[in-house]
Amino acid sequence: MPLSTQSQADNDQYILIASLDNARNLSNILKAISFREHAIFNATQNGLKVTVEDSKCLQANAFIQAEIFQEYIIKEDAVGFQVNLTVLLDCLTIFGGSTVPGVCTALRMCYSGYGYPLTLFLEEGGVVTVCRIKTQEPEEPIDFDFCSTNVTNKVILQSESLKEAFSELDMTSEVLQITMSPSHPYFRLSTFGNSGNAHYDYPKDSDMMELFQCTKIQTNRYKMSLLKPSTKALALSCKVSVRTDSRGFLSLQYLVRNDDGQICFVEYYCCPDEEVEEE
Amino acid sequence: MKFRAKIIDVGCLNHFTRVVNTVSRLTKACVLRLTCDHLYFVLSGRVATGGVSMWCELSQVNFFDEFQLEGVSADANEIFLEVAPENFSRALKTAQNAKSVKIKLTKKTCPCLTLAAELPSLSSVSRVVTHDIPVDVIPRRLWHDFREPQMPDFDVSIYLPPLKTMKSVVDRMKNLSNYLVLEANLNGEMNLKIETDLVSVTTHFKELGNPPWGDDGSQSSSPTHRDPDLMAEARVDIKKLQQFLMGQQVNPSKAMCNIVHRRILHLIFLHEDVSLQYFIPAVE
Repeated sequence: MPLSTQSQADNDQYILIASLDNARNLSNILKAISFREHAIFNATQNGLKVTVEDSKCLQANAFIQAEIFQEYIIKEDAVGFQVNLTVLLDCLTIFGGSTVPGVCTALRMCYSGYGYPLTLFLEEGGVVTVCRIKTQEPEEPIDFDFCSTNVTNKVILQSESLKEAFSELDMTSEVLQITMSPSHPYFRLSTFGNSGNAHYDYPKDSDMMELFQCTKIQTNRYKMSLLKPSTKALALSCKVSVRTDSRGFLSLQYLVRNDDGQICFVEYYCCPDEEVEEE
Repeated sequence: MKFRAKIIDVGCLNHFTRVVNTVSRLTKACVLRLTCDHLYFVLSGRVATGGVSMWCELSQVNFFDEFQLEGVSADANEIFLEVAPENFSRALKTAQNAKSVKIKLTKKTCPCLTLAAELPSLSSVSRVVTHDIPVDVIPRRLWHDFREPQMPDFDVSIYLPPLKTMKSVVDRMKNLSNYLVLEANLNGEMNLKIETDLVSVTTHFKELGNPPWGDDGSQSSSPTHRDPDLMAEARVDIKKLQQFLMGQQVNPSKAMCNIVHRRILHLIFLHEDVSLQYFIPAVE
């Protein structure tokens, strides 16, 4: 593969090198969190974490473990930078976004450190594209302080069941209300739009419900505009875990299988809408 | 001035329709030049169109079963008409499955190209759909504006990469920048480049091949004198390049471009019986 014929000297300058035989294994998962222009990259020995935030109320993270990459070299404990995610996605899909079976874009992503651009080498059918994307100093991602010990309610559902609900969500409703309870309605999504109220109920013994751990009844509302982008992650995923903590903060975790069947994770954290009184 | 023509072969009709559709995607208005042997769709470069010019040439005998022309005068046996190709496209769309299509120069409230399509029908009487496409007759004194463009004195001539790949790359680059640099050399190498404050992207094509233009004197220097690795470049408005690539409905049998360094990008698409040339001026 032409991309790996770069000289040793070239490789020495990079503090991070990540290669994929199929660039879609990165671009697809990044599309699931691409609701804002800027993304914070944080690479460690474990792999790549990409964070996108919105108005300090919503945070989305995509995790691509080191094992997903065909080559993953990192020369420091942590490497961080910020890039324009829209530009990055245009570069990753430079040879076209269509999925023709058997035809892949190979990717080699390299970074030399602070002040250097993110360099991408992409190859398809013998044609090579080189992209250099300006990087900025990474902002510190918000710590939503969401830890498993504070989790009051948790369900794990097969994504199939939620996909229909999310695609039909009444967008005239300003909020999405999530009710989780040890008794009926168990797990309920509600909207309050111009044409009336809508409820989607998921009973605890439903086929789609893989795990149901609710300790007390909780109803929280979240701004629809903040949660709507999570539909992209849901569309890619096969399973989703929904957790709320004592403050009403929401954690959505999506299990995503890439083109090669490998597992990656996407998570969304969302603050409750403050205007509503807690029940 | 008289013009009548008739198409009876459905393959020819489809092919002609595709050509008109391509032209309509490239420009809102153009000149249709009719001679005894050819039809030409011409757009001459003007500031208003960003200096882009187009020359599409069809050999009449490959499309029309009947073709009669009486030009402006005996020594100028041609007709120049200004037309909106989109009107032509629309008319041809309704003629899709026609048994025959007749085109005639007529005078209604204004000069028109009248297209009459004889459509198949279950009864013995055919259904005829008629379109009047308004045209402007261009007086002879203005004909020199629409001359066949000279092959420019190019620095490099090269075959284009597979159109599908080129389209994808140009599409993405258009999201990133307004201008693109196309450079190529006589070693069959072409690069497409964009550069902004945010990002620089270069796509490298190799082994494209260079057309073997002969010693017809149209090159500034013969290939043996020009360093084969030396790139000639043209920086162009991406939208214009994208518009040209998007307009192609059928893959041409030959696609190439000539570059006059920092001056003109000349694109040539050849199909069996149609040639399409597009000139995009380089910008600083």
